[in-house]
Amino acid sequence: MLKVDNIDVYYGAIHAIKGISIDVSQGEIVTLIGSNGAGKSTTLRTISGLMKPKNGIITFEDQNIVGVPAHKIVGRGLCQVPEGRHVFANMTVLENLELGAYLRSDKDGIEADMKDVFEKFPRLLERKDQISGTLSGGEQQMLAMGRALMSRPRLLLLDEPSMGLAPLLVKEIFNIIKEINESGTTVLLVEQNANMALSIADKAYVLETGRIALSGTAKELASSEAVRKAYLGG
Amino acid sequence: MDMMSFLEQFAQQMVNGISLGSIYALIALGYTMIYGIIKLINFAHGDIYMLGAYFGFIATSYLGLSFVPAIIFAMACAAIAGIIIERVAYRPMRNAPRIAILITAIGVSFLLEYGMILIASPQPRTFPAVFDAEIYHLGPVVVNNQQIVILISALILMTVLTYIVNSTKAGKAMRAVSFDADAARLMGINIDRVISMTFALGSALAAAGGVLVGVYYNSIDPLMGMLPGIKAFVAAVLGGIGIIPGAMLGGLILGVVEALVSGFLSSTFRDAAAFGILILILLYRPSGILGKNVREKV
Repeated sequence: MLKVDNIDVYYGAIHAIKGISIDVSQGEIVTLIGSNGAGKSTTLRTISGLMKPKNGIITFEDQNIVGVPAHKIVGRGLCQVPEGRHVFANMTVLENLELGAYLRSDKDGIEADMKDVFEKFPRLLERKDQISGTLSGGEQQMLAMGRALMSRPRLLLLDEPSMGLAPLLVKEIFNIIKEINESGTTVLLVEQNANMALSIADKAYVLETGRIALSGTAKELASSEAVRKAYLGG
Repeated sequence: MDMMSFLEQFAQQMVNGISLGSIYALIALGYTMIYGIIKLINFAHGDIYMLGAYFGFIATSYLGLSFVPAIIFAMACAAIAGIIIERVAYRPMRNAPRIAILITAIGVSFLLEYGMILIASPQPRTFPAVFDAEIYHLGPVVVNNQQIVILISALILMTVLTYIVNSTKAGKAMRAVSFDADAARLMGINIDRVISMTFALGSALAAAGGVLVGVYYNSIDPLMGMLPGIKAFVAAVLGGIGIIPGAMLGGLILGVVEALVSGFLSSTFRDAAAFGILILILLYRPSGILGKNVREKV
């Protein structure tokens, strides 16, 4: 479904991503784990078109998407939930969700999906007229995910959904990610919380300073000595 | 001065100030919207107002249009001019340092001013009287119908703008881009198009201000945008730059203060009052009357 083939990405003179290749098949949860600054977010931002790779190819559903502007990539069914949620804090929860469906004009479909989002995140329904800047971190994460679902993506990119959340909330968020996946959406998940990520993923890549250090099924990596030492706390 | 004549004078200056202030508000809205969306103080904005006055002049003198079609014609032409200016001058500078794009804006301002002098000569033109002047006496206060037209037009335009920004899909996209451009792109919003639309709306409002001033003072010239442009900038900062109701409020306050200063002190102090306000607001409340200190939640 998504094929990232040997991309290089630069921030000015800094070579942030050095020849990364990733493969995501339909229906999977694939996770990129690694420490701070390994290039996980940069990889996601490049896939969703916010950054351009210097070379390499990214294909989504067999079409090259390198050079396609970010706002058009969304229309093709690939949506990113950015790191740090980035909800529109000056707007209400409802307005945020409506913006998620910005490209769609099928009123009935939007309404059905909105209902669906409220079912997944009942707390958003309670707070639907609240200014989203007043939500808690966990609620903002739910809103950011709900907003992305409103574009009805076939591939959902999630950047550090557990960041800054209490353990109980992290569990809740990961359950919902699994649920989203089970209802047919493919997920590419970037996480620092390697334990949680490996527990729900099918496949995993370990990033180290812009390169893929290890890859394999989530089960293999979870039991690998190197990964356990570096990321899972022994 | 006894109490009665003081009150009469005060009421009279309020009337003058509110009509002047609604014109400042119309120009200030464009400043604030453009700042909100690309963080640029568009110093050419006052000259768009001048262009609008000339478009209105063409519509009334050469095309023989009456007031309402003329103002719509001027707004449409200025909107196109605003889109072209952004496309040609500012978009290539989008990722350049802020100071570079600011200097570009000053360059565009000079280009419009001296380009207009070249095309239309530096001589002031007489704006045709689009309707007969009528004067009403409300007790001791004198109101003319042009002041009423200015106020009503400004109110209608601001209501329409508020509706567009708050309740339409395009308006929501504008607010989204101004809050967080990257997140807006991830929603599928084409930010180039939203920026074009913002320039179109802001320029159209400035043009409406230009036509109203032409009607009010009967005279337009290529440099007419310099001072009102800077004063509208003061109004936008006073209300809180980037905040739409702030620009309306700032414009009205500035107009009223100027009128009161002209009425009670001397009209030569008028400009000093406007810039005095700018100095005070920058010293004591740089985020403006309606502005909040921005704090980021991590």
